[in-house]
Amino acid sequence: MKTKGLLFASALTMAMISSAPAMAARDYISIVGSSTVYPFATVVAEQFGKSSGFKTPKIESTGSGGGFKLFCGGVGVEYPDITNASRAIKSSEIEKCAENGVKDIVEVKIGYDGIVLANSKDTAPLKLTRQDIFLALAKDVPDPKNPGQLIANPYKTWNEVNAELPNTKIEVLGPPPTSGTRDAFVELAMESGAESFDFIKNMDKKEFARVAHTVREDGAFVEAGENDNLIVQKLQANPAAVGIFGFSFLDQNSDVIQGSFIESEAPTFENIADGKYPVSRPLFFYVKKAHVDVIPGMTGYLAEFSSEKAWGEEGYLADKGMIPMPEAERKEYAANVKNLKTIGM
Amino acid sequence: MQNTNQTSSISLKFNDGLKRRYKAEKRFQRMGIAAILIALSFLGFLFTSIISSGYTAFQQTFIQIDVDFDRKLFIDENLSAANYPGMVKTSLSKMFPDVKSRNDKKQLYKLTSPSAAYTLMDMVKDNPKIIGTSQSVWVLADDDVDMMVKGHYDRNVPEDDRRIDDNQLVWLDQLELQGKLKKKFNTTFFTAGDSREPEQAGIWGAARGSFYTLLITLALSFPIGVAAAIYLEEFAPNNIWTDIIEININNLAAVPSIIFGLLGLAIFINFWGMPRSTPIVGGLVLTLMTLPTIIIAGRASLKSVPPSIREAALGIGASKIQTVTHHVLPLALPGMLTGTIIGMAQALGETAPLLMIGMVAFIVDVPGSITDPSTVLPVQIFLWADSPERAFTEKTSAAIMMLLGFLILMNGAAVYLRKKFEIKW
Repeated sequence: MKTKGLLFASALTMAMISSAPAMAARDYISIVGSSTVYPFATVVAEQFGKSSGFKTPKIESTGSGGGFKLFCGGVGVEYPDITNASRAIKSSEIEKCAENGVKDIVEVKIGYDGIVLANSKDTAPLKLTRQDIFLALAKDVPDPKNPGQLIANPYKTWNEVNAELPNTKIEVLGPPPTSGTRDAFVELAMESGAESFDFIKNMDKKEFARVAHTVREDGAFVEAGENDNLIVQKLQANPAAVGIFGFSFLDQNSDVIQGSFIESEAPTFENIADGKYPVSRPLFFYVKKAHVDVIPGMTGYLAEFSSEKAWGEEGYLADKGMIPMPEAERKEYAANVKNLKTIGM
Repeated sequence: MQNTNQTSSISLKFNDGLKRRYKAEKRFQRMGIAAILIALSFLGFLFTSIISSGYTAFQQTFIQIDVDFDRKLFIDENLSAANYPGMVKTSLSKMFPDVKSRNDKKQLYKLTSPSAAYTLMDMVKDNPKIIGTSQSVWVLADDDVDMMVKGHYDRNVPEDDRRIDDNQLVWLDQLELQGKLKKKFNTTFFTAGDSREPEQAGIWGAARGSFYTLLITLALSFPIGVAAAIYLEEFAPNNIWTDIIEININNLAAVPSIIFGLLGLAIFINFWGMPRSTPIVGGLVLTLMTLPTIIIAGRASLKSVPPSIREAALGIGASKIQTVTHHVLPLALPGMLTGTIIGMAQALGETAPLLMIGMVAFIVDVPGSITDPSTVLPVQIFLWADSPERAFTEKTSAAIMMLLGFLILMNGAAVYLRKKFEIKW
């Protein structure tokens, strides 16, 4: 009796596996990509799913690079339709896409995200320049006694970096190298800090990238993982520490933490939107044109995302902490979405 | 004289040794008790921190609004096309007629959740007769309002640092005085799928996903595991190949689970072309992961069946297969079941391999079959823990409580089965 039961169960499961639809038509949109765009894309997806009658798109948070890899895998229902990215697509990725038959890609910029350095409200806000950030966090910095030479970062406290800063230990919690936030932070804050030294600026490209992009490893910079909520909690517990994360986390926790001024601009919604706050980056998503007419709901999702009620100045994405583009840019990209203007056209 | 002296010194020595031995025993016992106390205090700390931050999630703040389902608003045949958000806004404006400026109105409309409009839509669709009447409806409050009412936001910090401004506080106080602001049991949490609005988010989608995934895992790993254990223990010849297999099975039981995820990605998705993010792929991957556990537990319980049973059966003329199916397997089954349940409990709490096969995703629709995209409970916890909205903190803890509840149930079942069917030889 029991053996029969066992045999039956295994036969049943074997049947289930072999009948699994390998290439069945997909009736929902599949989206992958950046964890920074994830909180915004999910809101649009949910709105779209509730109001359109189509299934709610499925969104995976794979990181920008991982997203492109999946997206460029090929054309067909088993590959994602859209990938989100917190940086523009690289030419190497476009080539990779083309190799696999993904030739027509529509680029859509959706808005901006500010990267903030924040600390607990129990202390005064820091007033930093990008040079301060570079000096405090780079692995190798210019030798103060011997200009033109690099030495291992000797700074232990903020006021050693800049006499106007408080006398507290440099302790920065930030994202790991796999994170898009880290890439953007290094590019926007550290790189321009490094450029303020002429001799570093004049180095050859590779050497410059090494100096500007390498973060110190002696314990002053702590890789706190991808979970930004954890960084916020740690900042509350340790008022001397400074955290690096996206603007939306500052926005949601403004009662307990405060953003540091960078080049005397506070990380506020208005300053980032105006482009005054220097450490901000554009956010994108990329659409596979070949899928638009095949997967149900694609046109509707694109229309929802590029509508004023979503990405406009008063839109629901702004409520979630995304910084909208200026009106002219919004119009331009909305038109691109409508005409499905592909890259390189 | 000498003799007595000797005896007393021996007995002295003996007594000293006895004391020492008693002391050593006491010391050892105390160390054991201390170890248990430390473990218990860690556990207690874990539970209090989860429960204290999560219990509030089982209640949600609701606001009562009086909605006028005016016939003029339903000109279109299609009931979904009516302007439901507009109805919510009109109702709120009517409750606070003094609010005039555009900015203030915007703040006022933020008191209710965006889901309020869908609540109205569902009401009308369920019962179109209410068109033309006026109804008072309890709708979900916004997550920030909910956090304020539950005391997670501090009222006393400066206005700019609060997500609820002074005006909104005044309105909320008025609503509370009129009895139109209430905390109710949070049914949404148990019936809804994921959402980016904390007040609308629920664990039902993830729970269903977990259920389907475990169903596949159980349906595959139990029969395969039991059959493998029986063959290896009862039939396989004792040679180098069985030794190699045994070593490999023990090895696989210790392999980090992410490896199984990579394997699943390469074989099930890339090679077989099965759909990403679905319970069927998740179940297959978790099967690979739990199989070694089940095989090892199965072999151990087969081993514990005394050889006399087999010999007696063989002696009265039973064939080998009859011996196994009629006598050995029924006696070993309780132990195998225990192993299986423990393996399942492990699979229920697993996230790492699912990351690779796309089950870490935002999925709103509650899955209806094993080929629908879905997530599982621990993944839902991971996703909520990573969300910027503050209200997700309590949801995270509440979801952890649910997961722990399921785990306790499963492990409890394992203990019960063992106690009930255990045979002592």
